[in-house]
Amino acid sequence: MQGKLLSSDVHEKRPGTFAAIMRVYPFAKPAMPRIYLGMGAAMLAALVALAIPQVLRSLVDGPLKDGDSSEIWWPVGIVLILGVIEAIMIWFRRWFVLQPGTHIEARMRNGLYNQLQELPVNFHDRWPSGQLLSRAISDLNLIRRWFSFGLVLFVVNTITIVVGIVVLASINWILGVIFLVCSVPLVIYGYLFENKYSVVARRSQDQAGDLATTVEESVHGIRVLKAFGRGAHALRNFESQAELLRGTEIEKAKAIAGIWLWLLLVPDVTFALCLGGGVWLASVGQITPGGLVAFFATATVLRFPVESIGFLLSMTFDTRTAADRFFEVMDEKNTIVDPESPRTIEKPKGRLVFHDVHFRYADSPERFPDLVDGIDLELEPGETMALVGLTGSGKSTVTALATRLYDVTSGSITLDGVDIRELSLEELRSHVAMAFEDATLFSASVRDNVLLGRPESSDAELDEALDIAQADFARELPEGLDTKVGEEGMSLSGGQRQRLALARAVAAKPDVLVLDDPLSALDVDTEALVEAALRRVLASTTALIVAHRPSTVMLADRVALLEKGRITAVGRHSELLASSEHYRFVISSLEDEGDGPGYTPSPPTTPIPIVTSGVSRPSTEVGS
Amino acid sequence: MSVTGVEGEERHDFTKEESRQIRARSLTLLGSLVRPLWGRIILTIVVVVVSTAAQVAGPAFIAFGIDNGLPAMLEQDWMPLGVAVGAFLFTGIIGAVLIAWYTVLTARISQAILIELRKRVFLHTQRLSLEFHESYTSGRIIARQTSDLDAIRELLDSGISQLVQGGLYMAFIAIALFGLDWVSGLVLFGSLIPLWFLTRWFQLASQKVFRQTRTASARVIVHFVETMTGIRAVKAFRKEKRNAKEFGGLVEDYRYANERAINLFGIFDPGLVLIGNVTLAVVLLVGGLRVAGGSLAIGALLATLLYTRSFFAPAQEIAMFYNSYQSAAAALEKISGVLEEQPSVPDPTGPIDLWKAKGAVRFDDVEFSYKEGRVVLPHFTLDIPAGQTIALVGSTGAGKSTLAKLISRFYDPTSGSVTLDGVDLRQLHPKDLRRAIVMVTQEAYLFSGTVADNIALGKPEATREEVIAAARAVGAHEFIEGLPNGYDTDVNKRGGRVSAGQRQLISFARAFIADPVVLILDEATASLDIPSERLVQEGLQTLLADRTAVIIAHRLSTVAIADRVLVMEHGRIIEDGTPAALISGTGKFSRMHAAWRDSLV
Repeated sequence: MQGKLLSSDVHEKRPGTFAAIMRVYPFAKPAMPRIYLGMGAAMLAALVALAIPQVLRSLVDGPLKDGDSSEIWWPVGIVLILGVIEAIMIWFRRWFVLQPGTHIEARMRNGLYNQLQELPVNFHDRWPSGQLLSRAISDLNLIRRWFSFGLVLFVVNTITIVVGIVVLASINWILGVIFLVCSVPLVIYGYLFENKYSVVARRSQDQAGDLATTVEESVHGIRVLKAFGRGAHALRNFESQAELLRGTEIEKAKAIAGIWLWLLLVPDVTFALCLGGGVWLASVGQITPGGLVAFFATATVLRFPVESIGFLLSMTFDTRTAADRFFEVMDEKNTIVDPESPRTIEKPKGRLVFHDVHFRYADSPERFPDLVDGIDLELEPGETMALVGLTGSGKSTVTALATRLYDVTSGSITLDGVDIRELSLEELRSHVAMAFEDATLFSASVRDNVLLGRPESSDAELDEALDIAQADFARELPEGLDTKVGEEGMSLSGGQRQRLALARAVAAKPDVLVLDDPLSALDVDTEALVEAALRRVLASTTALIVAHRPSTVMLADRVALLEKGRITAVGRHSELLASSEHYRFVISSLEDEGDGPGYTPSPPTTPIPIVTSGVSRPSTEVGS
Repeated sequence: MSVTGVEGEERHDFTKEESRQIRARSLTLLGSLVRPLWGRIILTIVVVVVSTAAQVAGPAFIAFGIDNGLPAMLEQDWMPLGVAVGAFLFTGIIGAVLIAWYTVLTARISQAILIELRKRVFLHTQRLSLEFHESYTSGRIIARQTSDLDAIRELLDSGISQLVQGGLYMAFIAIALFGLDWVSGLVLFGSLIPLWFLTRWFQLASQKVFRQTRTASARVIVHFVETMTGIRAVKAFRKEKRNAKEFGGLVEDYRYANERAINLFGIFDPGLVLIGNVTLAVVLLVGGLRVAGGSLAIGALLATLLYTRSFFAPAQEIAMFYNSYQSAAAALEKISGVLEEQPSVPDPTGPIDLWKAKGAVRFDDVEFSYKEGRVVLPHFTLDIPAGQTIALVGSTGAGKSTLAKLISRFYDPTSGSVTLDGVDLRQLHPKDLRRAIVMVTQEAYLFSGTVADNIALGKPEATREEVIAAARAVGAHEFIEGLPNGYDTDVNKRGGRVSAGQRQLISFARAFIADPVVLILDEATASLDIPSERLVQEGLQTLLADRTAVIIAHRLSTVAIADRVLVMEHGRIIEDGTPAALISGTGKFSRMHAAWRDSLV
């Protein structure tokens, strides 16, 4: 699946964890001053916490040893004040760091979204939306938490541990050395842990993405699964993927258990050694009882920073994986971009010309010919051209090239003499509007959906567009044209969606209209009505229409016949019927076979072949 | 208003009665998930209790070492110190090993619960009828199975551990402290009062803010998914900038909600530290006075201080648990709602087997409405003898697809019955029903996987030869062979991009290989070019020779292969006869047919 493909690509050459995360820096830069201040506050809090044991030492070695209870109040007062300062510093740390963290997340999320909107369709063909979604939500969540929590604690706790060991050594250098030596295995294990953990973490994130994709498919493909009764089959598939994820998660838990073991074990052994050593040192007078108390109180303060290293490490590696996944998308080169100095078309007429246009997917094997293999085609202003060809001959690709959903591999397309790559995408797409066969509606009102390409249109223009597309039904929806449709709104039938998509293309009032089989889901009556209405629009608009049926072809002034990515004939419908055998093959229906050149519209001469054998008399009682 | 199933899912203003109902069903679900794991759970509890006790014992041994070991050492007696060090080492190792074991044990339990829940939700959504899927959008089901399950996973993975470990830790420390020095113990108890108020405030405040973050994040997700699925339309109609603005607004809402949630922690966390430090100072004072007076040993004072400081450490984690608990509880409520939904097209309780179906379909006094009072198909009776090929024509909204969906039992009739070979579909065993009746729709959905996999979906045990034969029969073989890896090309990957028409051919092959007795084609050829359609029809003529078929098509060429035509209008069958008879007549069909003939030129 997608995820596996990606992860194998990524793991070949890995930069260091820190370098990988620091790629996020540009997004974090405005937030850094406050993060530094937060670190400062946290540092102060840690130092205050380390100072408390020192007060204890002087208390034990002073007033307590002397049994002077009147002297106790001062040290206790200091401990109290230090405690309050620690709390205030923690409050400061939170206050400094919290807001910038959320801003980093929001900035990255908007950045990712905008990059995804700009990346060409080609990219979206390859990436399932589940994988994109997990990047936009959970990965960025991780990064936010790391910046506002992980980073600060990591820096501060490391410094605290170093300072703490110095303090311990100052209390007694022998005990300090024991403590230092004992922390060596932790550092080593930390490094080993990275290797083990980050691979598993990446795998689990990818497998979760794959599982989400399967869930998505099982819901979107529910009709097929039901129609074939393949629910159990799909479940087995899902189960095996879920089992894989479970295995990975348990592996991950084992890695975490491993580091937990060391992080708990090592301090415990250290404490035991220090206990033995400390008491012995006290017995030979090398350390005061107060020193011993201070030593253990300080070591206890250090316990949390040491234990926190475990989850800070795993958090850091998770964040690194998240940053990697984020940049997999951000690094994707956008190939379809605005030119540096875009030209504009002052008075668009709508003359669309294809010059020797080739197109192939960058990743298609060499032995395959170009999908679009050298097309020359001229559409005069106001002309309607039908594009006819077999399934897979490249019709849809040609229409997608005209709005730069894909870019030509070689050759060029010009609009009123200007190469469309020299126009800004914004301008190009305001001149050229499309309706797709699989109509997409957004979660918005019918009105907003139809006026997508020209939101400033008047109600009259909206009505006109709806009329042309025969989308009257929209007015009868529960809340009329304000009814919400799309994923979050009412579900409409395929034919209804297609008519709204057509209305949308018409309402955009483009100079060039590109329609990819726009009437396929309509019934004959509706189709005829739409066609009649479309004729008026097409009279003044340049149009490129992908057509399967003769009735759609009839809308066109001329027809271009597409055969294996090449245009093999251009001409009027009747001319092509007369001259091109392939055209007759593509366009004429079952019963037209045998009608020779010069076919004229007349009632069929041969009756429709009807299979009559084995028909039992229909026995129907209709109505009640 | 009812809160049964997924109804009222978007509401937040439940009455007490409704809340209780929802909580009860969540708990029932949770109980059923946990029951098979009792053994493991008890083991886990034992492990965590022992390990926490071992950890908590530490400071007491330090106190023992200082207070007893030190004087003994001065008299050259190593024993007490050796015992203290040994005991400390022993409990430390036991504690560490058990915690590690505990980590793996909880992971196993939580993964077992998760996988069971995943399977249940998956199976149940597959079982729910189309009616449910049409009103409950796909996005919401996906959210149930991804982000809601994530919330539960978070609770199981760390939340419960934090609660159990933290709670035990605090309890054991309190006990140890009382055992060591009851005066300090009382001080600690006193600190519980401000602690309670602080925690209570945090709970109430976070509950509110927390719900806001969830709704805000859901909005971000929905907008995001919609943009990505509709990216072509977004680009073609220059929606990018408007989208960026809209999305930016949603992201800001989410950020702000998050900020407020974290803000609460920003007050809660230092509040805890403050209470802890003040308590520490008081313990120090109370203890110090007694040490000075000689009624408390120094080692014991140190231990009480260490205990007091450790006591507050888990409090924050327990508060975090509350957060993940809130989120998981909300998620579980929604999931249990989905699981509570009853399929409106339920599997039969006493299914009737039909090993060999002949394919006679009959509608007996059937009436159908999607919603009460809005009749789509008024009362009718229709007999389709085995082997007959029927063309169903009529304008959009006439009820053709609805009729087809009744035969394939995507819906059940409101009254009357639909039968296959005399067996009511509602009583027919699902395996026999799905083997006998297959429907191909206009939306040809391909699953990720190879082309061969997609065809074999119609018959999972099919051999490669059968797959190829099916593809040949519908004229899909040639283009499939032309794909980079032929039948093994992944439909989602490099070079596997297939056009709408090709997708339809693949889904046709899928139906061919399933080899049903009754085949329903709902606009299944709409995206095909004419030669492909012709190929499909030639294939159909052979295929349909001994099969019952219902074909819905806008293009009347399909009528050519039909034995009988039904013309529908406003849910009623208004004409019924052989194509020839209807064409030569004066009814609607003869007019439609004439218009269609004219359009063919």
